[in-house]
Amino acid sequence: MKGVTVKVLVSEKETIKVALIGNPNVGKTLLFNDLTGGRAHVGNWPGKTVEKKEGKYTFRGVKVELVDLPGTYSLTAHSVDELIAREFIVNEKPDVVIDIVDASNLERNLYLTMQLLELGANVVIALNKFDLAEGLGYQIDVKALASSLGVRVVPTVATTKKGVEELKQAVIEAARKKPSKYEVSYGRALDSVISKVEEVIVKDPTLSRFPSRWLAVKALEKDEEVLKLIRASPHANEIEKVVAEASEKLGDDPEVVLAEKRYEIIGSILSKALEREEKPVTFSDLIDRVLLNKYLGIPIFAVILWAMFTFTFEVSAPLSDLIDLAISWLGEVVNEALTHADTISNMFFIATGAEINDFLANLVAGWLPSLPEWSSNFASSLIADWMYTNLFQSELSSLITDGVISGVGAVLVFIPPIFFLFFALSILEDSGYLARAAFVVDRILYKAGLHGKSFIPLLLGFGCNIPGVMATRSIDSEEDRILTILVNPLMSCNARLPVYVLVAGAVLGAYATFGVFSMYVLGMVLAASMALLFRRTIPYFKKKPSHFIMELPTYALPTARNTLTHMWERGYVFVRKAGTIIVAGVVAVWYLSTHPWGLPIYWSHVATIGYTLEPIFRPLGFNWMSIVALVFGFVAKEMVVGTFGVLLGCEEEMLGTLLASYVFTPVTGLAFMAFTLIYIPCLATIGIIYRETASWKWTAFTVVYGIILAYLVALLIVSVGHLLGVESVYILNSLLRQIAAT
Amino acid sequence: MPLAMLPQNKEAVIVEVKGGKRLTSRLLELGFTPGAKVKVLSNSGPAVVDVRGSRIALGWGVLSRIIVSVDERGDCQSVGI
Repeated sequence: MKGVTVKVLVSEKETIKVALIGNPNVGKTLLFNDLTGGRAHVGNWPGKTVEKKEGKYTFRGVKVELVDLPGTYSLTAHSVDELIAREFIVNEKPDVVIDIVDASNLERNLYLTMQLLELGANVVIALNKFDLAEGLGYQIDVKALASSLGVRVVPTVATTKKGVEELKQAVIEAARKKPSKYEVSYGRALDSVISKVEEVIVKDPTLSRFPSRWLAVKALEKDEEVLKLIRASPHANEIEKVVAEASEKLGDDPEVVLAEKRYEIIGSILSKALEREEKPVTFSDLIDRVLLNKYLGIPIFAVILWAMFTFTFEVSAPLSDLIDLAISWLGEVVNEALTHADTISNMFFIATGAEINDFLANLVAGWLPSLPEWSSNFASSLIADWMYTNLFQSELSSLITDGVISGVGAVLVFIPPIFFLFFALSILEDSGYLARAAFVVDRILYKAGLHGKSFIPLLLGFGCNIPGVMATRSIDSEEDRILTILVNPLMSCNARLPVYVLVAGAVLGAYATFGVFSMYVLGMVLAASMALLFRRTIPYFKKKPSHFIMELPTYALPTARNTLTHMWERGYVFVRKAGTIIVAGVVAVWYLSTHPWGLPIYWSHVATIGYTLEPIFRPLGFNWMSIVALVFGFVAKEMVVGTFGVLLGCEEEMLGTLLASYVFTPVTGLAFMAFTLIYIPCLATIGIIYRETASWKWTAFTVVYGIILAYLVALLIVSVGHLLGVESVYILNSLLRQIAAT
Repeated sequence: MPLAMLPQNKEAVIVEVKGGKRLTSRLLELGFTPGAKVKVLSNSGPAVVDVRGSRIALGWGVLSRIIVSVDERGDCQSVGI
């Protein structure tokens, strides 16, 4: 074997590079944490949307740089994950590759090991879930396994950190002295065919950075990337000719023959290294008989889902409120401190302040005929108030309190629901149910042109669309993945709930709860319809959803550590990604709503936007305030509530009453709720959509279709409402109520 | 016969995997190779198939592309029902 050079000796205090690889569901995340102590740098693979996690540890004086490779079943060129993994091994030549193998599922897991060995990697096997395998009655002869594969094998239990020290030791040993090379032998006939191909490949020195035998095998398997390499070679014709001859000699599809052979080799290794009693039906299968039952599956799924959301909302709501309180308290304290400092320098204004207020109040009232009649008294007092604050509040203190602090607050308020949702989700995932849920709903999603694997991203969307969009990475086909991203913003996230609660509470009276609930249903119905529409009309999505193939991991009791690790990993990414975008967005909104500096919000840039857009929204019955609220809602949808607060100049308790009196009728209120649900994903979500699709085209498409759809649905609600005369009934009702009150 | 027609809980041996290159690759790496023993554990909508000790959920389209045999002859000595 030519090409692969593995450093044979690692002197003391040298740094070694180690890669971590394994099938999905083998406990890779946990083992990574066990090795590194949890400290990781998370980034992206260059030019890819796949996450790259790196960590470090020192063992007996040797510094180890650990890179987490994507979880894969094999190393073909068919998926980005697999390509990344094998390119890393070929190009970066890690000193050691830790292959995590599920001890309770050796046969399938060793398939990847075979491919790693073929690729010339210096493999150390971590035989994880060793306790589980023993529990299942498997007796694994670790020594026999190690000697037949020619690699070091260390039994581990990632959940309890068992075997981690031994694994670290084995890694150092392997880096210092590579064990004798193991050649995957496919039997005499096949080997001679492979050698023939290898002979011509060796002629091209440009191909020498790859193991020649691996190239030969991949060429026979018609691996797209390897064929590309060969085509670029000066010996292309010769190599292709030999490959064609060899393939013909093999008869059947060489890929199938080689895979069959690999499993045969694994079988013969296991016959020496593994003893197990035949267990016809496992406990896991018994649970599946109930949970995957044709009739019970969906009802059980619905109950679990309902429990999960109830848990998330019930537990997180008080915490969110607490954070909200803390933030507004902090804002006030900081504001007071800063204003105090400013007052001295602003003494000059005190004498003239009142006159300026009067003057401006009259001016505003005269200039803005579109303000409702009630405004004359209210507005002047409001403006006087506004002027007062502005004259005594410097730009800096305003930026800090209204911009930065409320921006950070906007992010913090989201942390409890997001983390609790992830917590619940991690429990479902670690127990093995989440894969079953995808299985159960595949039938339904398929009808909407989506994939069973679209389910988890859509589900996450109810918490926040950002993790929802990020979770689409588990979908194999690019078309299915993008389609799932496009409809994800229609899943009504946590941020939209306060808007519904406010508006529905204000104008829908006894039907408020129903109104809020209907938004969630509307979102789901629209997501399904849009997915179907895009599937039918956009050529890119013309194909049927890709085949549903998914491993169902064995059920397991989730451990606290596992669940918390998963929760933390997901939540941290959200805070980091969304956090920065939201804070920046809030500061931008602060600028637009406070500049030109010193003037009330009615004259700010954002009000200008509101007035300019008003004619477009007149058919929907939205006034300029609602439009301004929607503009702010673009940053984060729950900002709609706060914006109404600022515009109507009142505390949240009064907001509903004022909204009902001056802004919305029941019908336009419902239309506004629907509009909030559908229009533009929030800024942070757009950022993530761009990152995940790596395409401005799809990002812009999501934004544009969202606005158009929102407008159409709102228009439909308003038209139907007027047709049914709901309006007049409510107006009559409220008139009667007012009369009764006076 | 296609795996889709195999009765529940009956063991069979894979004879052929008929799919596009991508699908075939996916199935091979999961252990659906000719000669592998399979058993359908559940078939409500997609099916759960036991192959080489793991449980894999397969959609209807995939089930019809995996050809299996329950014949107890030739090299399939170990087929038990």
